[in-house]
Amino acid sequence: MKISAIITLKKDVLDPQGKVIHQALDGMGFNSVNEVRQGKYFEIEVKEDDPKKAKSLVDEMCKKLLANLVIENYKIIETQ
Amino acid sequence: MKSSVITFPGSNCDRDMDVALKKFGFKNKMVWHDDQELPKSDLIVLPGGFSYGDYLRCGSMASKSKIMKSVINFAKSGGLVMGICNGFQILVEAGLVPGVLLRNKYLEFICKNVFVKIENKENSYFKNLDKNVFEFHIAHNEGNYFCTNEQLKEIEDNNQIAIYYCDHDGNLDNENNPNGSIRNIAGIFNKEKNVLGMMPHPERMIDQSLSGEDGAIFFKNLINNIK
Repeated sequence: MKISAIITLKKDVLDPQGKVIHQALDGMGFNSVNEVRQGKYFEIEVKEDDPKKAKSLVDEMCKKLLANLVIENYKIIETQ
Repeated sequence: MKSSVITFPGSNCDRDMDVALKKFGFKNKMVWHDDQELPKSDLIVLPGGFSYGDYLRCGSMASKSKIMKSVINFAKSGGLVMGICNGFQILVEAGLVPGVLLRNKYLEFICKNVFVKIENKENSYFKNLDKNVFEFHIAHNEGNYFCTNEQLKEIEDNNQIAIYYCDHDGNLDNENNPNGSIRNIAGIFNKEKNVLGMMPHPERMIDQSLSGEDGAIFFKNLINNIK
């Protein structure tokens, strides 16, 4: 089954890329933006049919490789 | 004195480091990332470059490669492990030194000579150095050192800040902080001071025909300290 993980920067971590994107949006006339934070999105197809087991597997992947918990948070979503 | 330089796919400062170590008397061996065992060594160096294409996060994949298990064991048993640039990023991802290296504050790849200050000389890397301010080269896109407030307190309490970015007189200020690092940090030790991670490249400053010789001072002193 397919599991997704969304990695986002923690609140206090500076996101220069997000800031530049925000400025670009501003320049394009999207003046109602307060803040932009850039993150990562993964779709992982696992050989596992039990959603609970599949999620816990991806949870372990996030902790060990996909996210750096000093600066990032992650959220796991079952997509299929 | 024996040293080993680990080559990861995408490392590109490994041969420069090999030349530098040999020039100052190390018997150096190159070790491939997929090997499991380290040759007998007094010093392990993780070189600069773009290991695994810097995919996901710089150093993240390299920190999980086969040889790193042995490097981590070597470090945990007190062995000297030095990571330069991408090697520093691998060290933080492996958890051998605290913190992380974020994208440079102004989103530019920085390639230039900078001045750095060394204050803590109670360690095998810097003891007996007779000056504090060095001119080293930096070349990186992700060198913006960051850690949590709790980590920063611990790092400062344990004297783990190895190197600061500074001006040519050793003053720390924002103007001489090229990448936005917390406290102008350019290099960090682990608690025990046997693991050193730093963004500057001393191996690029070992000959007057390159851009300076402050790296030579560092390596000459290092081999004398290890002897």
